[in-house]
Amino acid sequence: MGKDSRLILDPLADNNPITIQVLGICSALAITAELEASIVMSISVLFVLGIGNVVISLMRNIIPSKIRIIVQLIVVATLVIIVDLVLKAYAYELSKTLSVFVGLIITNCIIMGRFEAFALANSPYRSFLDGIGNALGYGVILIIVGFFRELLGSGTLLGFPVLGDPIEKTGLYAFGYENNGFMLLSPMALIVVGIIIWIQRNRNKALIED
Amino acid sequence: MEQRTDKNSYTIIFAIAMVLVVGVILAGLFGFTKPMITQNEEIEKQQNILYAMGINANEGTSANFVSTKEAPALFTENIKEQIVLEVKDGKILSQMTRQEYMDANNGQEPYLIDIKKQKTNAKNGMSRKLPLFVGEKDGKTFYIAPIRGKGLWDAIWGYVALDKDMVVQGAYFDHKGETPGLGANIKQRYFMDDFIGEHLVSESGVFKGITVAKGNADPKNEDKTDNEVDAIAGATITGDGVTAMIKKDLKLYLPYFETLKN
Repeated sequence: MGKDSRLILDPLADNNPITIQVLGICSALAITAELEASIVMSISVLFVLGIGNVVISLMRNIIPSKIRIIVQLIVVATLVIIVDLVLKAYAYELSKTLSVFVGLIITNCIIMGRFEAFALANSPYRSFLDGIGNALGYGVILIIVGFFRELLGSGTLLGFPVLGDPIEKTGLYAFGYENNGFMLLSPMALIVVGIIIWIQRNRNKALIED
Repeated sequence: MEQRTDKNSYTIIFAIAMVLVVGVILAGLFGFTKPMITQNEEIEKQQNILYAMGINANEGTSANFVSTKEAPALFTENIKEQIVLEVKDGKILSQMTRQEYMDANNGQEPYLIDIKKQKTNAKNGMSRKLPLFVGEKDGKTFYIAPIRGKGLWDAIWGYVALDKDMVVQGAYFDHKGETPGLGANIKQRYFMDDFIGEHLVSESGVFKGITVAKGNADPKNEDKTDNEVDAIAGATITGDGVTAMIKKDLKLYLPYFETLKN
């Protein structure tokens, strides 16, 4: 396998930012009660991390090391504000859906983590691939967690009722099935992430740390 | 060897240059997009008010506004009057029509009154301007009032359409940053539609508001005079915020609705 393609593929599984590096947990817990929110957040992070990594990589030789964290923060914040303003002016509906995520993107530790660990030491092209790879790895977990939480918690997927109507008692609900309201609360996101981590490490023992 | 980028002078110059560059980019972009953003926000308010009085593009179980292109025309057509009440300590000091208000405020439409600013004024002991939109549809008259309060994370607001007896005819809620899947569901149709038909005032004329209640033994919301709607699971604080803003803000309009009865 080529070195460059590993940059994209590694974070998807064996070096996943959420399940292996355990970064970005706060947003993974906060917004995964619905599948749609998980997808929107994944796309936003993909965009910001892809471009941010390139910007930081281009600036890597001129950034003063003493204030590099602040510089990274400014880059993320600027990118997010630019996206926010442009959406508000040209795609107002979409911007309302995204408004909740703006703060969560800026504080997402995966973004700062990749700037610090990769973009500061690598070429713009490789940084771009690394950004895309990590954002996809983050997105995959978000979408898996969002899928189970929305399905078991609300009985819907992307807002469509897939298990029947809980009040009219149709579909699965006719057999006495109930939605598990606990799935909608943050602790269950943590437990779902925990189960994913368990399954992953069980399949690949090399990932288990002593 | 010390690198060029480790020097203090370099660090300071870099920081200043970066702040300037970023500042210029953001300020320029903000100035460029501001007129479009303002227009979008005005149209959104019109869509919200129209939604509350039942003029919307709802499909199935999802809540949809009328399109941004149609909204301004529909707004002029259906909103017959925009009253501005000036109140202090529960008493109406003065009442203005749309024209009177616009003449006194450089042509600003009453629906653009900043509710947040008016709340701050009231808190500081000043009088407060309350806009009330009078809409007409199919021969029925709607009185639409804006409300605003606090959710779990940030502001929540909405518009409630009432008839002359303060029975809810429609409601629209929105939020700045409630949790998706939980508090954010106040803008879902199943929640907003629950308010339709609910009474704000008891039969003896006492203002009760509407409580977003947990376990109220009425999940299908058939009892319309219990002053309660069913809460959203996992969104206690946001629900309490909705209860509070309905109680606090709509109560201010009570003196006006009493004048309608006579």
